[in-house]
Amino acid sequence: MNTQTYLDYGATTPIDKRVLSAMLPHLENTFGNPSSVHFIGQQAERALEESRRIMAELLGAKPSEIIFTSCGSESDNLALRGGAIARRREGGCNRILISPIEHPAISITGAQLADQDGFEVETLPVDQSGRILLGELENRLDADVALVSVMAANNEIGTLNPIQEIGALCREREIPFHSDAVQFGAHYPIDVSQVPVDMLSLGAHKFYGPKGVGALYVRSGTPLLPVQTGGSQEFGLRAATENVPSIVGMARAFQLVQEESNQRSQHLIRLRDEIIQEVLQKIPDSQLTGAAPDSRLPNHASFVFLGLDGNMLIQVLDSEGFACSSGSACKTGDPKPSSVLTHLGYPPEWALGSLRITLGKDTTQAEVDRFLQILPECVQRVREAAG
Amino acid sequence: MSSKPAERIIVGMSGGVDSSVAAALLKKEGWQVIGVMLRLWSDPGTLNRCCAPDDMIEARNIAGQLEIPFYVVDAKQAFYEAVVTPFIESYASGFTPNPCLRCNRLIRWRFLRSRAKALGADKIATGHYARLKTLPDGSVQLLKNPDTEKDQSYFLHLLTQDDLRNTVFPLADYSKTEVRQLAREFSLPVAERQDSQDLCFVGQRDYREFIRDNDPNALKPGPILNQDGDLLGEHTGLADYTIGQRKGLGIAGPEPYYVIQKDLKNNTLVIGFKEVLGRSEFFTHRVNWISGNPPQKTFPAEIKIRYKSQAVPGQVTPLNSHQARINLEEPLPDITPGQAGVFYQGQICLGGGTISLEES
Repeated sequence: MNTQTYLDYGATTPIDKRVLSAMLPHLENTFGNPSSVHFIGQQAERALEESRRIMAELLGAKPSEIIFTSCGSESDNLALRGGAIARRREGGCNRILISPIEHPAISITGAQLADQDGFEVETLPVDQSGRILLGELENRLDADVALVSVMAANNEIGTLNPIQEIGALCREREIPFHSDAVQFGAHYPIDVSQVPVDMLSLGAHKFYGPKGVGALYVRSGTPLLPVQTGGSQEFGLRAATENVPSIVGMARAFQLVQEESNQRSQHLIRLRDEIIQEVLQKIPDSQLTGAAPDSRLPNHASFVFLGLDGNMLIQVLDSEGFACSSGSACKTGDPKPSSVLTHLGYPPEWALGSLRITLGKDTTQAEVDRFLQILPECVQRVREAAG
Repeated sequence: MSSKPAERIIVGMSGGVDSSVAAALLKKEGWQVIGVMLRLWSDPGTLNRCCAPDDMIEARNIAGQLEIPFYVVDAKQAFYEAVVTPFIESYASGFTPNPCLRCNRLIRWRFLRSRAKALGADKIATGHYARLKTLPDGSVQLLKNPDTEKDQSYFLHLLTQDDLRNTVFPLADYSKTEVRQLAREFSLPVAERQDSQDLCFVGQRDYREFIRDNDPNALKPGPILNQDGDLLGEHTGLADYTIGQRKGLGIAGPEPYYVIQKDLKNNTLVIGFKEVLGRSEFFTHRVNWISGNPPQKTFPAEIKIRYKSQAVPGQVTPLNSHQARINLEEPLPDITPGQAGVFYQGQICLGGGTISLEES
């Protein structure tokens, strides 16, 4: 294939050179086990705890509230599973409230908790853009709720949720609130001393950090039991020898988010709005999915096109040199409409034709121009192939 | 490389030796190759042999090694409608169908060509053992592969001029042994993989069980008679038997019995001794003429009545554009309604149709 233009930063991002150089010494030299008594181990421990301190500071948290994990999905699993089981043991709470557009790391984990552990998992009503309806949430916040989990920003349709307000409602009733901020955290600073969230999931590879490392912020006093048991690493909440080089990389990448997010967002929003405007104008039978531009991720444009095979569109765009994704697309070619779009009321003839464009800090105007030039023709070709 | 961009081609990949070598050969020739695997329907609880997860991983590996993009295309519903349903119906009507033939025309070529069009590719390729020859007038002939053991033109006789004009068979002249050798030379990790067997969609099960589950009426027990009408036993359902079958009848006689006829109307299986089995006249329906021009007159040809049988000499008499009467020089014991009768003249495959013992 020719040179590919990457427009799928919501899936993952390339590692920032500054992150890589922060990591390299720890791949080359600091090989010790942070739990070891000796000096070599202590060097690794220092790198680990320095990273924890950086993460905590950037989040407005205490270092003891940062649990490093292997990814955002693991953070979600630990929060939901470990949080729900701890709350049930503590107070007999048996209900879990989640949004209907959660990442599978939450929705599938919730389904398993319902199936295997007898929890009642309820999905909260949302508006057309996938945003939680606060009144509906409030009506459901009874004393038997173990946990509320609502993602801060949706991966598929880019919609932001009012986590400040959701957190406040939960806080008033002393119900733990978890938020999957894997997408959100890649774009916005978060200060947990201001936002009433009790647990928050992050994944480094969404913000130019390495794959295979994530974090869960856990506010002191939040009921939580470990899911992965063994050694007493991570305050006894996550057994495993720590992945020091990747943790160092995550902390560095997260620093860069805080320093550069304003400037990155300005650039992203300008390009994103151009894409949204052009696509809706140039492509017949197209709709923006998710929230309006001012309530969605700065790098995120998602669409549905009527009567089109979204999977085929991704392949056609790929062969034209553009890497994008689609909510309904999967590598195994299963033509199931996305559960998120279906839940939001899109009929299959719309939901099957989805396209997600997620821009990155290094995306250029020229790349967006070329993309917008070729997309209408690609859409038409795919529509014709279906007919 | 010249400044002209390489021509783009879609290659159907199954994860097996043949399609992997086909992709590697195209890549080596300088095509811009895109691998595509079709996802086909399989009986719930079984894996379709053509696209099981292991095969998908294998095909992905090969594509990765060749540094070509690889996509999976869903054809489950279309495959069910165009191949599986007619397969069940055909058995229920007393025939012994060969679903791969319909699959090639109605699924494989249709989906690969439509995906090729969308992906801006001019051609499609598969790992079939057959050759193509373009004549001066632009029409395309389908020819046998020189490896007579492996020649697969039989499976391709339903393709049209339009299909063939846009097709490349990279294995055209290679034998299976040579293809395995090429796989080793290309360091493809599939060189020793076994060839696939028929009926991809029933998993490890016997096709009879599959028919029984899907159409219980297709397998009603009934009488086994000899040609004089004497009752010799009971059959388990006509779909369980094939013309010319000897094994599994469970009826003792002075010499072995063979299935002579499946009388669907009376749900009766007629058996007899070897000497009454042979037949030299039969008909083919829904005939596809690869040239696109149905012949008007009787012509001599070699006729193949199933994939693994030898082509034998005879006369083909077109009855109209889509039916023909076949008269073989020597009778054959196993002319089976539902299988394809395919006509050859030397290396050239002219086309063929579904075997029937009745004219219409």
